[in-house]
Amino acid sequence: MADAFLLVLARELRIVLRHKGDALNVLVFFIVVASLFPFGVGPEPNQLRAMGAGVVWIAALLAAVLSLPRLFAADHADGTLEQMLLAPQPLVVVVLAKTAAHWLLTGLPLTVVSPVIGLQYGVPGDAILTLLASLLIGTPVLSLIGAAGAALTLGVRGGGALLGLLVLPLFVPVLVFGAGAVTATLTGINAGAHLSLLGAFLAVSSLVGPWAACAALRVALD
Amino acid sequence: MLETSGLACERGGLRLFADLDIALAPGELLRVRGANGAGKTTLLRTLAGLTRPSAGAIRWRGEPAGEQYRAEMLFLGHAAGVKDELTVRENLEFSARLAGLAAFDSHKALQQLGISRLASLPARFLSQGQRKRVALARLALQDATPLWLLDEPFSALDAGGIAGIGGLCAAHLARGGMVVLTSHQDVEIAGALERALELGS
Repeated sequence: MADAFLLVLARELRIVLRHKGDALNVLVFFIVVASLFPFGVGPEPNQLRAMGAGVVWIAALLAAVLSLPRLFAADHADGTLEQMLLAPQPLVVVVLAKTAAHWLLTGLPLTVVSPVIGLQYGVPGDAILTLLASLLIGTPVLSLIGAAGAALTLGVRGGGALLGLLVLPLFVPVLVFGAGAVTATLTGINAGAHLSLLGAFLAVSSLVGPWAACAALRVALD
Repeated sequence: MLETSGLACERGGLRLFADLDIALAPGELLRVRGANGAGKTTLLRTLAGLTRPSAGAIRWRGEPAGEQYRAEMLFLGHAAGVKDELTVRENLEFSARLAGLAAFDSHKALQQLGISRLASLPARFLSQGQRKRVALARLALQDATPLWLLDEPFSALDAGGIAGIGGLCAAHLARGGMVVLTSHQDVEIAGALERALELGS
């Protein structure tokens, strides 16, 4: 089972490394969206500092929604998904591997560049650390919930827009507690409670997300 | 070994086939024929377990088709399952490992399909027929898998390729394997115990 996980994970990473544009586009999209807000709201430093974490988190949600439609679509189009369904290994292992690859290629890179965005907004050092921690725990949740959404909208015309409508509301709790953790640190409150709740979301979504995705994939390929 | 009883399938409210009883014993070949839209692909996908039948059951070795059936069945559909970004060998090795094979000789399989010189070429440079050969190379690796379900295996292949796949099927049947295939071409498979199923009649 671990073999199957590593097999699919290695293949996903290899495909993206040979086709770097896809992963890079998402990261650049994240940076551009996060950098647009000051142009819209004006250069008032206190205001920017207060909204910095929220902007980073919203940009992260949008970047996730942008990248999710491709999660199963390519394998669906070329028939690989059929073979994954028929393989003797449990489908949930394949889905988990694809979800992990999605996080490594979108969630992790944008978490790594997020301190730079935070500095752009004048967020102080300790709050940037909280931002980093909240993204590290929260972005896997986006991949896990997103995988279920991507599976549900597979093969549907205009699936990309539908996927956004479906998963963005489900991302709201992650957004609230992710950005809330940073706001708490800014106001001098310990962010531990927020981060623990994010951890709880991660635990629940890693139990529910892959199974929901499996069920949806079986229906999509029927 | 493979039996269906009263198998029926509907697509979009349209009944494709009903009361289908198939019995396939080791060494037997079942050719599924029918006009476009008669339900050949649907039947194969149903037998593979991808599509749920609206009625009836599939039995394997006397038991309802389950985990063991999945491990002893190979389904190759219309889509080749070949990734543009990966090389020919990587494509074959991934699909073989995914199917649960641990030790195999991918070079020999590619040689049998006549594409060994393309082994390290990214699949995006392949022609349609060459892609098909990459997918079909699994047949050379999975000769121990008893049941092969092949949907249009000869499409896009040239005469040499068709003869090669025909030969692989013949060898599989001679070993006591079973093959179900859909095809518009009547490709001769030497020495096969043939059954034919005409859908939509």
